[in-house]
Amino acid sequence: MTATTRTARAWRRGATVLAAGALAATGLTACSSSSSGSGSSSGSTASASDIAAALQKKSTITVWAWAPQTKDIVSAFEKKYPNVTVNLVNAGTSTTEYTKLQNAIKAGSGIPDVSQIEYYALPQFALAGSVQSLDGYGLDSLKSDYSTAVWDAVTVNGQLDALPQDTGPMALFYNKKIFDKYGLSVPTTWDQYVADAQKLHSANPNEYITSDSGDPGFVTSMVWQAGGKPYTVSGTTNVTINSQDPGTAKWAAEWDKLEEKGLLSQINGWTSQWFTALGNGTIASLVTGAWMPGNLETSAAAGSGDWRVAPMPTYDGTTAASAENGGSSYAVMKGSSNALAAAGFIQFMNAGDGETIFANEGGFPSLNSVLNSSSFLDQAPSYFGGQKINTVLSAAAASVLPGWSYLPFQVYANSIFPDSVGKAYEAKTDIAPAINTWFKASGTYGSQQGFTVTTK
Amino acid sequence: MAVTETARSGAGRAVRPMRRPARPWNPNKRRKSKSLTLIMTLGLIYSLLPLFWLLVNASKTENNLFSTDGLWFGGHFALLDNIRQTLTYNNGQFVQWFGNTLLYVVAGAGGATVLATLGGYGLAKFDFPGKRGVLAVVLGAVAVPSTALAVPTFLMFSKIGLVNTPWAIIIPSLINPFGLYLMWIFARDAVPTELLEAARVDGAREWRVFFSITLRLLRPGMITVLLFAVVATWNNYFLPLVMLDQPKWYPLTVGLDQWDAQSQTAGGSPIFNLVLTGSLLMILPIMVVFLVMQRYWQSGLTAGSVKQ
Repeated sequence: MTATTRTARAWRRGATVLAAGALAATGLTACSSSSSGSGSSSGSTASASDIAAALQKKSTITVWAWAPQTKDIVSAFEKKYPNVTVNLVNAGTSTTEYTKLQNAIKAGSGIPDVSQIEYYALPQFALAGSVQSLDGYGLDSLKSDYSTAVWDAVTVNGQLDALPQDTGPMALFYNKKIFDKYGLSVPTTWDQYVADAQKLHSANPNEYITSDSGDPGFVTSMVWQAGGKPYTVSGTTNVTINSQDPGTAKWAAEWDKLEEKGLLSQINGWTSQWFTALGNGTIASLVTGAWMPGNLETSAAAGSGDWRVAPMPTYDGTTAASAENGGSSYAVMKGSSNALAAAGFIQFMNAGDGETIFANEGGFPSLNSVLNSSSFLDQAPSYFGGQKINTVLSAAAASVLPGWSYLPFQVYANSIFPDSVGKAYEAKTDIAPAINTWFKASGTYGSQQGFTVTTK
Repeated sequence: MAVTETARSGAGRAVRPMRRPARPWNPNKRRKSKSLTLIMTLGLIYSLLPLFWLLVNASKTENNLFSTDGLWFGGHFALLDNIRQTLTYNNGQFVQWFGNTLLYVVAGAGGATVLATLGGYGLAKFDFPGKRGVLAVVLGAVAVPSTALAVPTFLMFSKIGLVNTPWAIIIPSLINPFGLYLMWIFARDAVPTELLEAARVDGAREWRVFFSITLRLLRPGMITVLLFAVVATWNNYFLPLVMLDQPKWYPLTVGLDQWDAQSQTAGGSPIFNLVLTGSLLMILPIMVVFLVMQRYWQSGLTAGSVKQ
């Protein structure tokens, strides 16, 4: 009896994965076949005054978001524009939401007016023509209010598709207590970081410099910081994946020294074990996005006072360089019956009062005026021993390398990462060939979805 | 099954010693097998450890979860406070999800049992053209996991505007081919055709025959099907995940997952303690259902295994 139940359960789990995959696939096929007209702007021209007028009319917009600060931003918005009612729905975090969004688009009903979409997933929805172009809404003037890298991330194929909320410029978060105890210097180059990792782990085999059990978002960000540009997209359907990309090779060679020698803790991110290890210092540092402090404060409270922030190590040790890791934008979805009010909402949220609320509640803002405000820069959280961490993180935001782009099917590509690169991590083998395998598999999928994929 | 076999042969060996006076074999006085007891104890520990872990960790505060040993109680005993917080967090969202789960279970699993009973009886005791075809379809349907049907069902339901309503969960839950098959087999053996004929000769109409005679004979089978359906609906995750995007209609499975995901975002507020306490509260009703109904289930499972 038990045996059958267990098999049935295993079966069901397998089927879940299959079904989810099939769903993503059908969603994409449908989208790419209808993508012919998406590159051009949809012809709607509206101006700031049209948006202002729409915000005074009685209407309701539905917003899908999971960022915890959204609730208060919505309250502030409704207070300022009492005629617009916002129906805020948490339809799931990240990929859960994207699957639902893809489902709703495929079904043609139940699509929200506004939806939170991370930068890495935006091209997928934008090139498929699922988001409303914001060109001609008078929002392009906001360009100078954000850093180039952030504005690039919301501009797909020359068309403004969303407004940015938070960014995740990467920095080195390290546990000063552990670094002092084992006499490690705060690294400025990756070679030093590797040397620290060796020194720490040989001094105490329970200690690791960082944890990394294979994460596609981390890999793409690290390649980005190494100056890599493995993906290029031109037009709405032409994709080039360059497996000879020098940045990719540079990062893989460096990280290999940690991965193959077992210097990386294999604790999975965001688990209770991980937070425990961050709290007690068995994971001594993290290279991650600027949104991390709040998570450390709430989930790894035991490490309070021990942690510090430093700029991300680089390859040459002289020119500061960073990359984006995570971060979300808000897009108006195509088919919204109230696109003007929706555009007004995202403007309030990301380029207006909403961004200040967001920053006050622990978010890392993208809007320059908030990012550079003294009230933001002067924060000195006791968790970080009173260090003014936002000055370091703001500088990181300014040093993000420009010119990166994700695949228009990055959500799927990331989902198959464990099949190749994940396996290399598990077996502690060379990363570079595994990345090639991953790139090839991603490209194959892209071709099946109707993209013209060139793999170099 | 294998375990029962071993038990029996072990008992057989115990009877064999020659010197004992020949007493009639008494199954209640079998000598205990040490190795078997050991294996069963290990199995028991293996099954109970996760439950124990859940209980231990549901009694900790969010901070103590990470700073104390995971396998033993530590710090302030916060179970009651956790329960209070779980029930009140986000304006009593948990209670609402609990109510939704109950609704889906009562309407979905209850309805599935009624339909399976009616259908199984009809298939077992009435002859009609195409019955073999129906058998083939039902058997085929048993082999298709309901998860695989979730996506096509979603597309169909979204066309007729049923997604994001409780119907999207209840209607698919009503279809239970395995239950139908079980009731069919059960009714075939448990309801003597002669009894039905006698009732008809006495002038009872078909509905009367069904309610006064068949239903009573079918009760163990029905309870088996009900238990299967209740467990399946209670734990149903994928269907509601696909069908619903409004948290107000979520069942507990999807709701708790959403609470869990709260920690995995920038600036997120992790509530692992509430997720754990919520999981503990969620399994209590199903445990009660099992304890109360297990004897019916046992008799249901063994019914038909011995030919009378």
